Parts: sequence; C-alpha cells; structure tokens
Amino acid sequence: MADIHVVREELLPPVRPPRRHLIAITDLTRDDVERLLATARSFARSLEREMKKLPTLRGRTVVNLFYESSTRTSSSFELAAKRLSADTMSIKAAGSAVDKGESLKDTALTLAAYDPDVIVIRHPHIGAPHLVAGNVDAHVVNAGDGKHQHPTQALLDLYTLEQGLGRIERLHVAIVGDVLHSRVARSLVQALVLLDARVTLVGPPALIPRGIESLGCETSYDIRAIEAADVVYVLRMQRERMQDGANYVPTLREYTARWGVTPERLRPGQKVMHPGPMNRGVEIDPRVADAVDALITDQVRSGLVVRMAVLYDLLTHGPVEVKVAAMEEVA
Amino acid sequence: MMLYAKDSRKANLVIRGARVVDPGRRIDAVLDVRVDDGVVAQLGTGLEANGHRVVDAEGLLLAPALVDPHVHLRTPGREDEETIASGTEAAAAGGYCAILAMPNTDPVVDCSAVLGALVEQARTEAGIPVGFLAAISKRQAGSELTEMVELAESGAAGFTDDGCPVASPGLMRRALQYNALTGCTLAVHCEEQTLSRSGQMHEGYVSAQLGLAGYPSVAESVMVERDLSLAHYEAQPLHLLHLSARESVDALREAQAHGVTASGEVTPHHLCLTDEAVRSLDSNVKMNPPLRGPDDRAALIEALRDGTIGAIATDHAPHARHEKEVPFEAAPFGVTGLETAFAALYTHLVEPGLVSLPTLLERMSAGPARIYRLEPPQVAVGAEANLVLIDPQAQWDVDERSFRSRSANSWLLGQKLRARISLTVAAGRVAYG
Repeated sequence: MADIHVVREELLPPVRPPRRHLIAITDLTRDDVERLLATARSFARSLEREMKKLPTLRGRTVVNLFYESSTRTSSSFELAAKRLSADTMSIKAAGSAVDKGESLKDTALTLAAYDPDVIVIRHPHIGAPHLVAGNVDAHVVNAGDGKHQHPTQALLDLYTLEQGLGRIERLHVAIVGDVLHSRVARSLVQALVLLDARVTLVGPPALIPRGIESLGCETSYDIRAIEAADVVYVLRMQRERMQDGANYVPTLREYTARWGVTPERLRPGQKVMHPGPMNRGVEIDPRVADAVDALITDQVRSGLVVRMAVLYDLLTHGPVEVKVAAMEEVA
Repeated sequence: MMLYAKDSRKANLVIRGARVVDPGRRIDAVLDVRVDDGVVAQLGTGLEANGHRVVDAEGLLLAPALVDPHVHLRTPGREDEETIASGTEAAAAGGYCAILAMPNTDPVVDCSAVLGALVEQARTEAGIPVGFLAAISKRQAGSELTEMVELAESGAAGFTDDGCPVASPGLMRRALQYNALTGCTLAVHCEEQTLSRSGQMHEGYVSAQLGLAGYPSVAESVMVERDLSLAHYEAQPLHLLHLSARESVDALREAQAHGVTASGEVTPHHLCLTDEAVRSLDSNVKMNPPLRGPDDRAALIEALRDGTIGAIATDHAPHARHEKEVPFEAAPFGVTGLETAFAALYTHLVEPGLVSLPTLLERMSAGPARIYRLEPPQVAVGAEANLVLIDPQAQWDVDERSFRSRSANSWLLGQKLRARISLTVAAGRVAYG
C-alpha cells in the first residue's frame, strides 16, 4: 500500500500539510489513534455548546462519494464536515454519471477538477480508495471498500469503548458473527490489537476466515466463548453478501439458534455493540439491542465527533489542544 | 505439428566470442557461431566473416532461443489488446523463437474456419513462428467436444479450454479418449469452480487480513488429481497449465512416478512472487491461478529444478489499460510477460542461486518444445538457427514505453531487472536486434 501513499510534495502548495489518506487502520500508528481520539473528545466538548459550528475548515471542500447505500456513515461524514464549516458535496452512484458507465477513475478525475481537499469514498470493491488516492491530489478517506476496511467505524468504536468503559487497553472484546464478509470486523480487530486489547472472534466455521489469527486475535466456533469478554460486538449477518449456493450456514434460523446474541448468553454488565443496521431477531435479540448495557446509540453519536476528528486531522497539523482552544476563541 | 510465420530473409551471421550454453547438448563454452542462410553452419573459434553480418558478442550469452507454450494473442476479438503482429514482436524482443496461442478468443478457436483464418493471418503478420491451440469443447462451454481430428488436420498445435476448466469429468474422459487420434497435446486449466467461486487471491492469512475472497490451493489441486486419475485410466498424455500450488506439484510428481505421461508448466510470476504482493492492491498482481504462499513458491521452484515441471510459460495475458485501472476486486485476471520473462527469472532465480542458468534455459526452450512435440531449438551444426543472445550484465528499468505488446499490464513496471535480450534469431531469421 505504501506505493500509493507516496506524497508528491512538490505538487502541493507550500501552505498545505503533507497529503495523507485514511484507507486502512494499518495506515495509523498507536500515536495517531490516540491523537484522533483526543481530538474527538475535544470536539465532543465543543458540541455541548449552543453554537455547534466551528470555523476550522472554512473554505475547505469535502466530497462524499458513495457507491453503496449508507445512512449513518454518509450522514455523519456530511454533518461532521458541516460542523467544521467545510463545503460539502455528496454524490451517490445512482443518478450520477456512474449510471452511464463512467469509470471510477474518470469520476475521481472529474471531481478532482473542483480541487476538493478530501474525498470520502464508499465503494463495493476492495481497492477503490487506493485507485482514487493514486489519481487525485485530495486526501482520501475510506468509508468502506468491499470487505476490506472501514477505518472510521473502528475509530468510532474505540471512542465508544473508551467513553463507555474508561479504557481500551486490556479490554477483552468478543466479535460475533459473519467475520468473513465484514470490513468492520477487520478494521476493528486491527485497531483493538494496536491498542493492546484482547479480541476473540466467534462464529460459524465458514464465516471465520482461515488465517485471521495472524492479526493477533483468537477464534472460536462456540458462542459460549463470549462469556469471558467485557464487550460483545455483534456483526450484521450480511445477507446482501451471501451468494446463492455458498452455504456458509444452512439457514438463518440455524445461525440464530447457534450464534444469536440473546440475554441468556450474556453476563450481567457485559456491554453490547453493533455497527448497524441491525437484523433484530437474527444476529441480535431485540431485548439485547434495547438493553441499558447496549452502547449501540452511543456508537452512532461517536461517529460524528470521530469523523470530525479525522477530517480535522487530515487537513490541519500541530497540537490539538492549542488548536481547539484557538478555534473556541474564534467562535 | 504446425507453426506459422510470415516469410522474410534468412539470416547470414557470425556471432563472435559469446559464451554458448546449450543444456540439451551439454555445451558451455566460448565459441563463434556462423549462420548461413538461416542454418547453423559452423561452431568454432576465429571464424571468418565471409561477408556475413558480424555480431561482437564478447561477454554475452548465446543459447537456444526460447519457446513460450502459453500466450494470449487476443485475436480474434480483442485486437486492441494484442494482435498476432504485436504479440510476436513482443515475443521476439523477449528472446522467443516460437509461441503457442490460447483459443479463448472471441470467437473461440473451436472450428477449422476460425483456425484457418488465424493461420492465414499468421502467415502474413507473425514475426516469429506461432502455433494455435484449439478448444476442447465448443465455445469452451464444457458440454460438447470440438471436431478435434479436423482441427488437428487444419493445423491445431494442441487442445485446451484454457481460462475455463473442463468441469465435467465425463467430458474430460471423452476428450482424453478422442485426443488419441490427433497426436496433439491436451492441456488443462485445473480449477474446481465451486471451490474457487468468486476468489480474488490465494486463500491464506493475507486474504483473511485484506478481506479479498479466497481462491484456495485445493481448488486447483483437486482438479489436478482428477485429471491425472483420468489420464492414468485412459493411458493418455496430459499437460497441466500454469500450476500454482504445492499440492498440485506433489500430485504431478506422484503421477509421473506411477508412469502417467503428464507434464506441467509454471509462470514467471508464480516463481517470483507470493500472495504478499497483493497487499499493494495493484491490479497487475491479479491473475488466475493466483499468487500463492511462500511454501507453494518453494515447491514450484523445487519442481522446476527436479524436472517435475518441465516448462516455463508466461501466460502472457494482455488487458486494456482502462480495464485494469479499476479497483482490484473489479479488475480482470492476467498479466503480460513475454518481454520480461527471461530477465525476471534471471534476476529473481538465477542471480540469487535458486535455479541454475542451464536449468532455466532448458525449461524455457527445449522443455516446452518437447511437451508440444516441437523440434527443440539447439545450437548445432545443420540445425535451423533458433538463437537468443543475452547480455547478462545489462541492468534495465521496466518501462511500459518500451513494450512492443499492445498492453502494459506487467507486474514488473518500475522494477530494475538484470539481463537483457540483444538478438533473437527465430526459424533462421533475425526477429529482434
């Protein structure tokens, strides 16, 4: 991936910071993650005030390019950019030139003509953000590429964990369900391992990819493995990714019976998370989804401040505390 | 067995002072070589020019020219990606004196009308001799055999459904039985598609980390085992295309030990790279079969050394730029290789000491020739001149602007390679240099 992240500094005006992208959690160091979480905390405080808009990214342009349906990711990126006073453009594949057969590269070059500062992209194919990053000068943020990565989801999950449990280090998180098709799971495992949490993946054999332990996690096919965890992170059963005849599990009914997260399978006090959208009654029992120990709505709320932090971090540099103090004066 | 090329002037050459390496004839000596009217006329020292073109080859390597048994010339149907003219020009620049083209074109080479048109075209535009394999099944659809005997009589160089497996074991058996009448080589692309499914790369820890759908080794090896069993039962020869997995190599070695007349080939990219390369998400490392793990690569190199795998094949698969400049997952399979194969293998296998130079030369020339019952190129008095002159010291950058192929989907773009082809003589004619 390093090749594609090569910064062609000579092409950038001197006032701009070095161009960086957020395509995968592996692009980040532990320091980067901690800085992003701290920035998100600062933004959370600023959002408690009556005037919620910050002037920080005034004059900047953020393009949201979504080739897959999305509610929470696209809306929170758009709101995050607006809260920072950036101009935003949202382009959905349906109804655009993509419908007329335009290639991703051509769409990216077309958008690049407006000189955007950030392109946020969601695409059904792995490698789409790399392709855009290789062809435009904007910062590229991956909002989900196929089954590969969804780094801002992992960051908002870390933020939620830190807010809900006070720490991430040495937490034990069980991730349950369709790991094979989940970009959320892949990004989250890498992020948790980076911050020294313990991760156990639980699910049916065909949905736990061979070799995934190489990321530094454990695996189990037995739902009882969630008992020992501090947090149970439930993955969506991705019906839209289940090809006909794949037989990953015989039926959803069998899946729910074996791996559904129900109150009976949880310990009191165990926190529950889900990246949404939920299939109530499939991977998660409605009683679990609505219980007080569920952090699911906190995750959505975290999405806004974490995505503000990501945009801010890409477009500015320097100690966060100072900058936040400075912009509070302006506001 | 027929190869076709346009006619041109036969060479008259004196190549002076090269290190001549012909593994088949156990020659490794500094010699002069004289070619009269396209035929090797004399080997010796201090040979006279006699008005011939003189090539000062001191410090260079002269060997039997290379044979590529697996090339996609994209003609008919995708002449924007490659033509017989551009493909053979690329092959000549890569040191090849003969190539075999696969039949998965549009239309498929599945009847003598399509084959005949290709043969005619090759006679007017092929810069080096080219042979055409015909399909095993009509439209490569895997249900009805082609008219194999008529195709063989019309000049088919062999039979394959390359790109597609022969999914039905029943049809595969019939193909083996019927091919006994043609005298041609039957070659198979081994892939059990219910196992490879929509696989994008080798199934292993790298695919698990990247989220790319896995195409496991067993998707290849169960088909290799099935086809070897059928070949054994029918007592017919069989050639296995582009092997990638350790399990496949093991099965081939065991079948050979049991007396099955089976051969195998391997590509430069499977010999040089592993699935780690896919982390770049560069669509130029996406091919079928996929790059596999380090253990598979080691097994392929070992099989190449011990002769289990007798041939190196580029599986040169040109693709239009706009079709490869898409997200990895949306890109078509295949990479080019004709113009870089020798240098890539010299740099990545010979220089590090993994494979000896004579072994590499044998597997790139006489090895593939024998599998398809072609006359093996050799440096021998009286033989048609099929010679390649190589500068083993030359270092060069792989740059798409230098490609003669119409496509540039090479996994080597931007890399530095050692060893460069400086002259190719194919069928007695100077084809390059």
